[in-house]
Amino acid sequence: MPSIKSLEDLKRIREEALEKRKVKTAEGSIQVTVAMGTCGIAAGARDTMKAILDHIESNNVSGVIVTQTGCVGKCDYEPIVAVTMGEEPKVMYGRITPERAHKIMQEHVAAGKVLTDWVIPA
Amino acid sequence: MKTKRAMILVSNDPESIRLGANEVVQHLNEALASYDLQDEVDVSTISDVGYSNILPLVIVYPDTVVYGPVKASDARYLVEEHLYKGRVVNDLLAPPKALTGPIGFLRGHKGYNPAEQRVVLERAGRIDPESIEEFISANGYEALGKALSELTPEGVIEIIEKSGLQGRGGAGFPTGRKWRFVRGAKGEKKYVVCNADESEPGTFKDRLVLEGDPHLIIEAMVIAGYAIGADEGYIYIRGEYGLAYQHLETAIAQAKEYGFLGDNIFGTDFCFNIHVHAGAGAYVCGEETALIESIEGKRGEPRSRPPYPTTNGLWDKPTLVNNVETLANIPPILRNGADWYKSLGTPSSPGTKVYTIMGNVNFRGVIEVPMGITLREVINIYAKGMKPGSILKLAQTGGSSGSIIPADLQDTPMDFESFRKAGVSLGSGALLICDQHTCIVDLVKVLLQFFRFESCGKCTPCRVGAQRIYEITKRLTQGQGEIADLDIALDLISEMERTSNCGLGQTAGTAFRGMMTHFREEVEAHILNRVCPTGVCSMDPETAQSDYIFITQEK
Repeated sequence: MPSIKSLEDLKRIREEALEKRKVKTAEGSIQVTVAMGTCGIAAGARDTMKAILDHIESNNVSGVIVTQTGCVGKCDYEPIVAVTMGEEPKVMYGRITPERAHKIMQEHVAAGKVLTDWVIPA
Repeated sequence: MKTKRAMILVSNDPESIRLGANEVVQHLNEALASYDLQDEVDVSTISDVGYSNILPLVIVYPDTVVYGPVKASDARYLVEEHLYKGRVVNDLLAPPKALTGPIGFLRGHKGYNPAEQRVVLERAGRIDPESIEEFISANGYEALGKALSELTPEGVIEIIEKSGLQGRGGAGFPTGRKWRFVRGAKGEKKYVVCNADESEPGTFKDRLVLEGDPHLIIEAMVIAGYAIGADEGYIYIRGEYGLAYQHLETAIAQAKEYGFLGDNIFGTDFCFNIHVHAGAGAYVCGEETALIESIEGKRGEPRSRPPYPTTNGLWDKPTLVNNVETLANIPPILRNGADWYKSLGTPSSPGTKVYTIMGNVNFRGVIEVPMGITLREVINIYAKGMKPGSILKLAQTGGSSGSIIPADLQDTPMDFESFRKAGVSLGSGALLICDQHTCIVDLVKVLLQFFRFESCGKCTPCRVGAQRIYEITKRLTQGQGEIADLDIALDLISEMERTSNCGLGQTAGTAFRGMMTHFREEVEAHILNRVCPTGVCSMDPETAQSDYIFITQEK
C-alpha cells in the first residue's frame, strides 16, 4: 500500500504516474476520453461510451485507452469526446452521438483524420 | 409630438467629426427616410462618450447597443438590419471594453477560449476523477504536504488572510477571518463542514469540482482542519448529485489508502477524517445553520443567531462552514502563494469566479474568469453573444435569491465591492441572461413561486410574506393588479428583510425589489393598461395556471 509519509514520497508517486503516462504516449497509444459528468450523461454520454467500446470490441482495435473525465464546463456541447493521439494535441469533439462516435473511431482513431466539423469551436 | 420608438445617438466630439461623424448622421437620416422610419426613429448627437479608439460611435436606444467605429457606408446596412428588421449587427458592434482582470490562457490546444483563467476548475474535465494517481500527477496533495511539513496552522491562516480570499457561496465573507474565528474559539473538538448543497436554481459550478476533481475538496478540507484544529469533517452534498457522491466516496477511500486521510497524515501526528452526508432536496439546507441541523439528523430549519456556527455549530462545537468553491481555492493559494492569488482579479476582490451561464445566449455552460470582468464581456466573449434576434434586457445573478441586473448596468465590474456599490449582489455565480421577450413580472412570479414553496415555515415573515408577495405578483400577471398592491408588497419585503430568521426570507423579495427599481414602467403597464408589453402574461384570471405545480412521473 503506497502510504505517503512525506513530501518526497508524494513527489516520487507523482513522478511515477507521469512516467507511466509518458511511456504510454511514447508507444503512440491513443487516448479516447469521454466526459461523464451529470450533464454529459444526461446528454447521452453513456450511449456514446458504449458505442466506442462496442466499436473497439467488434473491430478488435488495440492500443486505444478509453477513459472518463468530469464536466469541463462546455455543457452546451455534451456529450464531449476528446481524442489524444500520441504526442499530438488533444482534439475535443462536441455533441457526439453513438453514430458520430463510430465515425470518429473509424476516421480519426483508425486513420488519423480529424473530423473538423465536430471539433468544438474556439 | 410623435412618440419615437427608437433613438440613435452619434458621437460628435472633434475626433469623431474628423473621422466622419457628420457623414454618418447624414447617411443615417437618408437611410431612415428610405425605409420610411424618419417619424419613428430619432437621430441625435452626443459628445464625450468615454471611448477613444472606436470613434465615431453609434448607440441605439432603447436597446443600448453600441456600434463603433461606424463608417458612412455602414449607415444604410445598420438601419436596414437593426431598425427595420430588428437584428443587432454583430459585425459593427463596438469591441467590449478592455478586460479588467489579467488574462490567462488555458493550457491545451488553440481550440479553447482565451482569457479564461482556471484556478478552481484547473483539473475538472481534464483528469479521471476516479484516479488518485492522475490527481497527484497534476500537483495534487502538494499543498497539503507543504502545509503539514513546512507551515504552522497559524502560518496557513496567515497566507489565506493575506490572499484576500472571500467566501464564494454568495456573501463574500473573508475566508481567512472566518478560519481565525474558529481557530480562536474555545473547545477541544471542532469540525470542518463543506457546504456542497448547491441548491440555488441555475447554479452548477460546484458540481464540476465535486464530480470532476473530488480530491481537491478533500485536500482543502484536511488543510482547513489542520489550520483550525479540527479532526473531523463533513461534506453536506445535495441529494440530487448522485454521481458526485459516488466520486467523493471513491476519492475518500483512495485518500485513506494513500494516507492523506486517517491517522498521522504525512508522518505528522495530525489526524483527520471526512464523512459525506447527502441532503434531501431542501433549498433551505444550503443555509449554514439549517445545514448543520440536517447533519445532526434534525429537520432542516435555520437556527437563531447569535451564537454563530464559528463558536456553536455542529453538535454545539465550533464549526467552519465553507462553500465548495471557497475550499477549492485553498490548495492553489498554498501552492503558489498569496501574492500570486492577489495578482488575479481586482484589488478588493482577488481571485477568480466560476459562473454558470444560462439563457438567451449562444453558449451555455461554466466559465472561470478573474473577478472584475463585466457582464458585457461575459456575454459577448464567453457566451459568444446573444442568440440571433435577442437583445439583452436583464440578467439575474446568483440564482433565485440574486439580483436583477438591467442592461444599463452591464458594464459594472463583477466583483463583490463594485456590485455592492451598484446595489446588487453577486451571489453564487449563476448568470441568467434574458432577452427582450422576457416579461419581468412573469420571471419574478416564477421566482416567488419557488420561495413560497421552499420557505421552511419556521418564522412567520418568510412563511406568510413569500406567499403574499407571490399572490400579488400573480394578480399582476392576470390583469388584476392594483397600484396600491405594489407598495404593500414593498412594505412586506422590507419587513421580511428585517425580521426573517435566515437568508431565505431576507432575499426572497430581492427580485421583486429589483423589478420595481429598474422596470417600474413595465409593471405599471400590467396595472394601468392591463397589458403585458412582452405578451407573456395571460392577463386573464380564467386561464391562469394552477397554484401548485405537481410533477408527475409517467410510467
